[in-house]
Amino acid sequence: MAASETKSSERIAARERAAEYLVSRHRFQWPEALPWLLAIAAFFIFPDRMTFGGQVLIWVMFALSLDLILGYAGIVTLGHAAFFGIGAYTVGLLIARLSWSEPLSSLVAAALMAALIGFISGWFLLRYLGLTLLMLTLATAIMLQETGNLRPDISGGYDGLPGLTIAPLFGKFYYDLYGHVNYLYVLGVLAIVFYLVRRIVYSPFGQALTGIRENVRRMHAIGSPVHRRLVTVYTIAAAIAGVAGALFTQTNAYVTLTVFDFDNSAKVMVMLILGGTGRLYGAFVGAVVYMVLEDYFSKLSPTFWQFGIGLLLVLAVLFARRGLLGLVEDAGRTFSKREKS
Amino acid sequence: MPHFAIVAVSILFDGLAYAMFLFITSVGLSVTMGLMNFVNLAHGAFAMAGGYIVVTLTRSLGIDFVPSLIIAAVLVGLISIPFERSLYRRLYKATDLEQVLLTIGLAFMSIATFTYFYGPIPKSVPLPHWLEGDINLGFRAFPSYRAFLIAVGLFLIAVLWYGFERTNIGAKIRAAVDNRRMAESVGINVDLLFTITFAVGSGLAALGGGLAIQLFGLSPSFAVIYLVLFLIVVAVGGLGSLKGTLLAALVLGVFDTAGKYLLADAGGFFIYAVTVAVLLVKPAGFYGRE
Repeated sequence: MAASETKSSERIAARERAAEYLVSRHRFQWPEALPWLLAIAAFFIFPDRMTFGGQVLIWVMFALSLDLILGYAGIVTLGHAAFFGIGAYTVGLLIARLSWSEPLSSLVAAALMAALIGFISGWFLLRYLGLTLLMLTLATAIMLQETGNLRPDISGGYDGLPGLTIAPLFGKFYYDLYGHVNYLYVLGVLAIVFYLVRRIVYSPFGQALTGIRENVRRMHAIGSPVHRRLVTVYTIAAAIAGVAGALFTQTNAYVTLTVFDFDNSAKVMVMLILGGTGRLYGAFVGAVVYMVLEDYFSKLSPTFWQFGIGLLLVLAVLFARRGLLGLVEDAGRTFSKREKS
Repeated sequence: MPHFAIVAVSILFDGLAYAMFLFITSVGLSVTMGLMNFVNLAHGAFAMAGGYIVVTLTRSLGIDFVPSLIIAAVLVGLISIPFERSLYRRLYKATDLEQVLLTIGLAFMSIATFTYFYGPIPKSVPLPHWLEGDINLGFRAFPSYRAFLIAVGLFLIAVLWYGFERTNIGAKIRAAVDNRRMAESVGINVDLLFTITFAVGSGLAALGGGLAIQLFGLSPSFAVIYLVLFLIVVAVGGLGSLKGTLLAALVLGVFDTAGKYLLADAGGFFIYAVTVAVLLVKPAGFYGRE
């Protein structure tokens, strides 16, 4: 009797500890303010590089959307550029064909459009695994690109839609030559998106996604609606990638069909892997490191840069499978162990 | 002969030539992926390397086209062995994602290396005179080169079929594709078998790369552009199946050619539409195991 009582009280304590752990993960921690402070600091330190800064933030958002499906749900896709492209073209076509240039409502339209395509393709594709899934996602992106190419009268064909004019933000802020307004605009949207992603990841839904990634059979066995969960997260990630694409069109004032390229799908994946998957801030570290290196080295020699990024990938797979943030964690762990001993 | 029949024959002929290229280049990828479940995105790089070796041999060393093809295939086959032994071997048990990243890294490095040495401008090869010009069959003239490509393809199909179905090593490969652990436990050295098939597959890819120069030109981006096609052929055909790869190459080759003939604007759309349609119905491909 007494034994079972202590057992049940132990069980309750364990359950409370688990709940406490889950809640504490969710809580805001001070180091998390660091990337945002750095982003604001960059605005004052490099006022003449803000056009580039805006592009970096867009890639952070794109990588963040991939982290949701790849890092948390474990869906390996080679066609994530499809949604980036849908978002980019939604905004581009709204301006060029319907003269709808208000930026915020275009973002919403881009998100909805990308989510719709994500929902439809995800519904069909997420039943498959491995090579089949890789090929199907890849083919989806290329088919969207070819569809755009079918109607050059609407999409502008391979020349794309150049010289788009975007209405001032909130009807007040005009875009300056140095991209200052753009940078703050993108940073603001990224902050909102990040807040949403963080909520999703630490919610029971996010927990279920991690479960699917780690052991899909067990999730089936405990009755989790695996396919529905995957389609949901795929749709959300598609919407976020669509917003990133929309911002890309708005900040560059042009869009071409190359946004659908396999190169873009590969690039965003490389960034995420470089930073570290399944850890939210991996997208920040990866995109910033990649973009800065690319900016520096591809000016020196594009060939050299391509070789470098290839080498980086090979080394990352062989020696740092959890990305740069993983390396930092390992280093931290080694240090703390040494201090103890 | 009525017009549509001429068009149909042209599509079949060009489609067949294209299919032979797809088959020769993809078959190695299919068998290695079937054996080890290894997603090798660097396969296109081996094909590209073969193409550049052919360019160097014919242009700089003045060797004839056909011997150059054979030398290139053997060389690339040999070069691929250390790659398999040192890099690929470490990732057989790793996830799809890690294999994708490693091999795409290798592909990028090889593209950069070849761009450095050969420049980004597409290359061509000098052909012997018997491969230039047309063969006239009365109602239509067929380019000799494509006829040559079809002949090479048919010859290789025969050789591979014999090797796969009638030799000891072929039987071992089939056994290992079917059930690797069972094959190992009856004493088949699957590791060695894999190294051999990997080398042969890479060599065939190099041969395909050399043959493709005349059709598409050769630039360093070949490694990635055509890689997608090889992967599609493998996925549609089913991993590790010779029959499947051949059927997939024929279907995709003929459909793609037909699409480009009849609806020039639709361009590359068809091949992907067919791929998606087949994979949605048969996720493991024509002859893959579910």
